[in-house]
Amino acid sequence: MRLTQGTFSFLPDFTDEDIRLQAQYAIDQGWAVSVEWTDDPHPRNTYWEMWGHPMFDNPDAAAVVFEVNECRKEHGSKYIRVIAFDASPGWESIRMSFIVNRPAEEPGFRLVRQEGEGRAVRYTIQSYAADRPEGARYA
Amino acid sequence: MTETADDTAPRPETVDLARAFEESGTREVLRELDEEMIGLAPVKSRIRETAALLLVDQARRRMGLATETPTLHMSFTGNPGTGKTTVALKMASLLHRLGYVRKGHLVTVTRDDLVGQYIGHTAPKTKEVLKKAMGGVLFIDEAYYLYRPENERDYGQEAIEILLQVMENNRDDLVVILAGYADRMDRFFESNPGFRSRIAHHIEFPDYTDAELLQISEIMLSEQNYDFAPEARAAMADYIALRRQQPHFANARSIRNALDRARLRQANRLFAEAKGPLGARELSTITETDLRASRVFRGGLGTDRARMAQAAE
Repeated sequence: MRLTQGTFSFLPDFTDEDIRLQAQYAIDQGWAVSVEWTDDPHPRNTYWEMWGHPMFDNPDAAAVVFEVNECRKEHGSKYIRVIAFDASPGWESIRMSFIVNRPAEEPGFRLVRQEGEGRAVRYTIQSYAADRPEGARYA
Repeated sequence: MTETADDTAPRPETVDLARAFEESGTREVLRELDEEMIGLAPVKSRIRETAALLLVDQARRRMGLATETPTLHMSFTGNPGTGKTTVALKMASLLHRLGYVRKGHLVTVTRDDLVGQYIGHTAPKTKEVLKKAMGGVLFIDEAYYLYRPENERDYGQEAIEILLQVMENNRDDLVVILAGYADRMDRFFESNPGFRSRIAHHIEFPDYTDAELLQISEIMLSEQNYDFAPEARAAMADYIALRRQQPHFANARSIRNALDRARLRQANRLFAEAKGPLGARELSTITETDLRASRVFRGGLGTDRARMAQAAE
């Protein structure tokens, strides 16, 4: 099951040139771009591992593509995303986030139903990949 | 995506180089270079040649005759104060107008910005600098300091390896300019053949002549709204001739320092002498005495020290 989180996730995978153009847009808006990775695809997993510092003073997006490729060398079988952080007054927020790398196989999520009091049912989702320990989730 | 657009667009049958020259703003940059930089004739002609090469290459690419990005890394060799950094700035804007770098900013670094202090510190530092320079020009001043043959565990070697790798793999993303004294750069290239082969343009900066330095000094003064008194001009010419023979002569930089000190002396003189109100004329005139008071006329730095040592004894 293809993970759809953040911007552009229903589009085909981005090429490096696509990543560069999108990141350049973010930089031109004055946002700080950074690269993050994770092997826990749960949608509520907001805080991914940082790959280096946010790039606050790089005027050109080639640096972002460079870092994405460096990150792919290390974490090529996991999820990698590029996020753009807007620090302008009053925002302090993520303005854009898109996945640039995903595992070859994405097993998807299982729906868990919990029987509560009075036949109430609580639902939760669990990634099949998260059954295995961290670092051993994707081939 | 842009590549596919290029492929489907009809290729032009002919190119108008003169128009490309005009439209890309190359003429503008070359004119600025001519007007703002005194002397440096060989440098200017090399840059004009490089600009012509790049324009032709651009035209060839538009017609589908060439696909590779040409190697644009350069080395600027010359004595201190011969305008290497200033020309690098112009070069960055030239490459930007011709579309060889996307942003055209100049990042100036020295060894300290690239080489770390402990194991594992160098690579992130160098990469950080390289990332900052992407889309523009990385100017490495006194690049020969990167290589220290006397210490085989020097981290400079690590920085050199990363530099070479990025210079080769990210040729579209940044242009590296290495700068330094001619003889030491030659030795640097000898011991790092990888650099020599990756640098296409070697530009040598000649020393300025005395007449050029005098011209530069006048421009520097007029930029700050100062002026030479008629005799002061002759004193400046004498100063330049004498200063050249003394150690640590740094061409235009020495002139700038001399003028800064002359302004200091002028201010002191005005304080000491002025009786009544001063006009703009007095406030902005450098006189002969302001210049002649320099120790350069008494034999330079060395003699002053010797005299002080004598006095101390």
